Amino acid sequence: MKVKSKLRLMDGHCYISSGRTAAFLAQRLVFLVLRLAMLLVILVTFYIFYHILSNGIGVISLEFITAMPRKGMTEGGILPAILGTFYITLITALAAFPVGVFTAIFLNEYARKNMFTRLVRLSIRNLAGVPSIVYGLFGVALFVRALALGTSILSAGLTLGLLTLPVTITASEEALKSVPDSYREGALALGATQWQAIRTNVLPSAVPGIMTGLILGLSRAAGETAPILFTGAAFYLPRLPSSLSSQFMALPYHLFILSTQHHAPDKVRPIAYGTALVLLLLVAAMNMTAIMIRARFRKAAARR
Amino acid sequence: MENSVKIVTEKLNLYYGNFQALKEVNLEVCSGKVTALIGPSGCGKSTFLRSLNRLNDLIDSVRVEGEVRIDGENIYDKSCDVVRLRKKVGMVFQKANPFPKSIYENVAYGPRIHGVRDKKVLDRIVEKSLREAALWEEVKDNLSRSALRLSGGQQQRLCIARVLAVEPEVVLMDEPTSALDPIATQKIEDLIRALKQKFTIVIVTHNMQQAARVSDITAFFLNGEIVEVGNTGLLFTQPVDQRTEDYITGKFG
Ligand SMILES: Nc1ncnc2c1ncn2[C@@H]1O[C@H](COP(=O)(O)OP(=O)(O)OP(=O)(O)O)[C@@H](O)[C@H]1O
Ligand SMILES: [Mg+2]
Repeated sequence: MKVKSKLRLMDGHCYISSGRTAAFLAQRLVFLVLRLAMLLVILVTFYIFYHILSNGIGVISLEFITAMPRKGMTEGGILPAILGTFYITLITALAAFPVGVFTAIFLNEYARKNMFTRLVRLSIRNLAGVPSIVYGLFGVALFVRALALGTSILSAGLTLGLLTLPVTITASEEALKSVPDSYREGALALGATQWQAIRTNVLPSAVPGIMTGLILGLSRAAGETAPILFTGAAFYLPRLPSSLSSQFMALPYHLFILSTQHHAPDKVRPIAYGTALVLLLLVAAMNMTAIMIRARFRKAAARR
Repeated sequence: MENSVKIVTEKLNLYYGNFQALKEVNLEVCSGKVTALIGPSGCGKSTFLRSLNRLNDLIDSVRVEGEVRIDGENIYDKSCDVVRLRKKVGMVFQKANPFPKSIYENVAYGPRIHGVRDKKVLDRIVEKSLREAALWEEVKDNLSRSALRLSGGQQQRLCIARVLAVEPEVVLMDEPTSALDPIATQKIEDLIRALKQKFTIVIVTHNMQQAARVSDITAFFLNGEIVEVGNTGLLFTQPVDQRTEDYITGKFG
């Protein structure tokens, strides 16, 4: 065995006791299991990606991403869905970023560590586990009805904003926690107010972590169907949204319709694959951005 | 500078929750002198130091009784402006804590938050403070370098410069040389001796020789109480209290 021969000393005598060998075997077994688990994950991921890529790549063309759908979505492109997803994601970001970051700042920097804040934190963690359809229905009740925003980009974007809030808050809090206390104390000891210390000394170090969390939250939101189902996503709308109160098409919902709700599912299958690929690329691009921000921050930190 | 009383603590009690960390501490600190605080680990030296600029306020569980008067004003009074207090009473921490900014920005940080905008004025303050902290010659060619890339000793002098830049009257130092080698330590000690003309300095140290070298007055803390205060020379040669003698002769602690 390879492992054994390595440990044989110069004189050729093998010093490995049988107990050691058993430990080595156990170690190898564990490695094997770990490696298999990893392989399984990679295989599944790659298979899904390969499947969508090979079926969708032929469909994607300049026309596909810049044209309107035609003839009951059996022809043409998916521009309204791309733009719709883009707009609601933008609203989501604009809503989730300030609320999430300010909540995190409050919880981590200002709030006393007592039962109340523990309870708030627990609730936020739990919100992350609430099924997305519940957010959708809540969005209908709050934004569409109570605030009378109607079924619109605004309602859907805000609903998705709620959905990403737990992720944004938690990630922002982690980012703030990772800023050493000495940055705060150092600033305060110089006579800075708490907000000055946070703004000039804490936030700059936390921003990369906050951005990473926000983008990961958004990339999840961009792929959600249930929360936008009743809050503004349209079945078929062959024109571009004209304002925040317009209904819209969105990539995940479009995909859902093409693959399950369409009257001629076989006919639109290629378009469905194309839509899936575009959505996948969009989410992948967002995740890549998050990774790049993190990597750049790491490098900057290493340089210091 | 005449040696008048700058800081007076009177029956200062401090609690972390139920734990009493300072017990009836009475101490007078004179301006123009270096006061050293010595005592075994955990006896409350840092706690005491941090109660002089109200940095303990940051800890939720802390409760303070008694008075700390600086220039006659009780800093625990409701009317006391904590920002002004901390500008007047600067602090150098045990572990050098430069901000993740350039050398220049570190020193300019204090003046900036206190409203200095003029670049020329800032330049002047930065140079003056770095000179006072005996760091200017080493860094003047590259002030835009990240402060985190300075050596430990340089970082600590930078932190001192950062404090001096806001023109404090009192400088608190919590074991400022505990992480430094003998040469860097000596530089800081020289600095302390030079600075005492202008500032009231209170320094916590575990190093008895250091206390003897730099301080005029020494206070010995034990279990949150001051056991003995006196002229440094006298305290180290003729301690009155048996516990002080045991400590400085290394019998415990
Ligand atoms: N944040 C805190 N919460 C609760 N107890 C604390 C806190 N900080 C310090 N203490 C306690 O108060 C006592 C005094 O601590 P302090 O840090 O002032 O000691 P010290 O004399 O500076 O020790 P050292 O020489 O090791 O730095 C210790 O018993 C410590 O456990
Ligand atoms: Mg201490």
